[in-house]
Amino acid sequence: MSNDSITKTLLVAALLCIVCSILVSSAAVGLKPIQEFNKQLDTKKNILMAAGLLEADTDIETAFKKINIKTVDIKTGEFVTGEQFNNFDQKKAAKDPNLSILIPGELDLGKIKRRSKYASVYLVKSGQEIETIILPIHGKGLWSTMYAFLALEGNTNVVKGLSFYDHGETPGLGGEVDNPFWKKQWIGKKIFSPDWSLAINILKGKVNPAKAEAIHQIDGLSGATLTTVGVNDLIKYWLGENGFNPLLKKLRKQGEENG
Amino acid sequence: MAKAREVLFDPIFKNNPIALQVLGVCSALAVTSKLETVIVMSIALTFVTTFANGAVSLIRNHIPNAIRIIVQMTIIASLVIIVDQVLKAYAFQISKQLSVFVGLIITNCIVMGRTEAYAMKNGVFSSMLDGIGNGLGYSFILITVGVIRELLGSGKLLGYNIFHVATEGGWYIPNGLMLLAPSAFFIIGLIIWALRTWKTDQVEED
Repeated sequence: MSNDSITKTLLVAALLCIVCSILVSSAAVGLKPIQEFNKQLDTKKNILMAAGLLEADTDIETAFKKINIKTVDIKTGEFVTGEQFNNFDQKKAAKDPNLSILIPGELDLGKIKRRSKYASVYLVKSGQEIETIILPIHGKGLWSTMYAFLALEGNTNVVKGLSFYDHGETPGLGGEVDNPFWKKQWIGKKIFSPDWSLAINILKGKVNPAKAEAIHQIDGLSGATLTTVGVNDLIKYWLGENGFNPLLKKLRKQGEENG
Repeated sequence: MAKAREVLFDPIFKNNPIALQVLGVCSALAVTSKLETVIVMSIALTFVTTFANGAVSLIRNHIPNAIRIIVQMTIIASLVIIVDQVLKAYAFQISKQLSVFVGLIITNCIVMGRTEAYAMKNGVFSSMLDGIGNGLGYSFILITVGVIRELLGSGKLLGYNIFHVATEGGWYIPNGLMLLAPSAFFIIGLIIWALRTWKTDQVEED
């Protein structure tokens, strides 16, 4: 049979597609469990890192046992429970019209357009008291959506750590959001001013430590103005009234009642 | 065996896919700001060119002329997806950094260029050698560019501090240009210049 006949052409195309699709799908299906495991381990690692619980020799699975996962209704700040919230996937939910809301343009500081109605937050408790609150936050940088965990102390004000775990910013410039030296600056900073309005701010340039506002201020990343603006905006969105502020208020009130 | 050696080693200096054939420059710009991603990218591309060449060569006498490019493309795309899946499973951190660039190996001109120019006309063994050789030629340029960019751009190699940078209390002020894609253009240009000064037969006539 000639190579260029129609029958041969169709036959070669069909056989090739079958062989290739078998190879591709068996690789995808066969490796799926390991990939899922990696993804979860990576998330856990970043949660621990934000909370400052990750040392060089920490076993991630053991350390993660200390952490309570709760799903929260972002608008009311109430914890929700139920079947559908086990292994809740916030990224998926943000795409589901039933589980997400459209953020009006003027409120959308993080430029994320839609957000899930619910979010998984992570609590570290000692006895009744909450030691650390870890919140998932995300928003647009210069090129990409940046995902991070922000850890706050039980008083909901002092930052315990910030860890960006997924972003596509320019390495060496905006990519420095995951530089340990820059992230270290966040530790101990206060999110809110004494009257509980949002005060955290990333400056363009260096913070002057002599000023009273320095406790709320972070050095900008040099050469990465737009990424810095993005980080600033996404933090303001997620800690503001449309973000986790209702939850933080609730937790503060609880803390007062307990203490 | 002399021929096999030529097929394998010629693409490194004598007929380098990036420096002489000027193929596959896009990924050479995109992934070379860090040496670690460069090495993984080089391994991934060498794997794909080798097996794509092998597979195309194996069925070369049965490929209808009218659909030969699509046949090559399908084989290449399947191999790339497999590489991507394996990286996601066994080198998760790196696959996150490489993100779309692994997928873009599909459109890397070196792979298509070699299947079309070499594997369609030669036996399986020498086609696979040609694939390895071109992979090595690509890796040679990428690694050179990667070393220069990471060292001058962030004072590190494979994440280890070599030059102590100023932001962390050292003496070296990193060259921000090295972290941006255009610097790879300059470095590749300089490499081509150096290669053509050494091997004058590569100089194109006007």
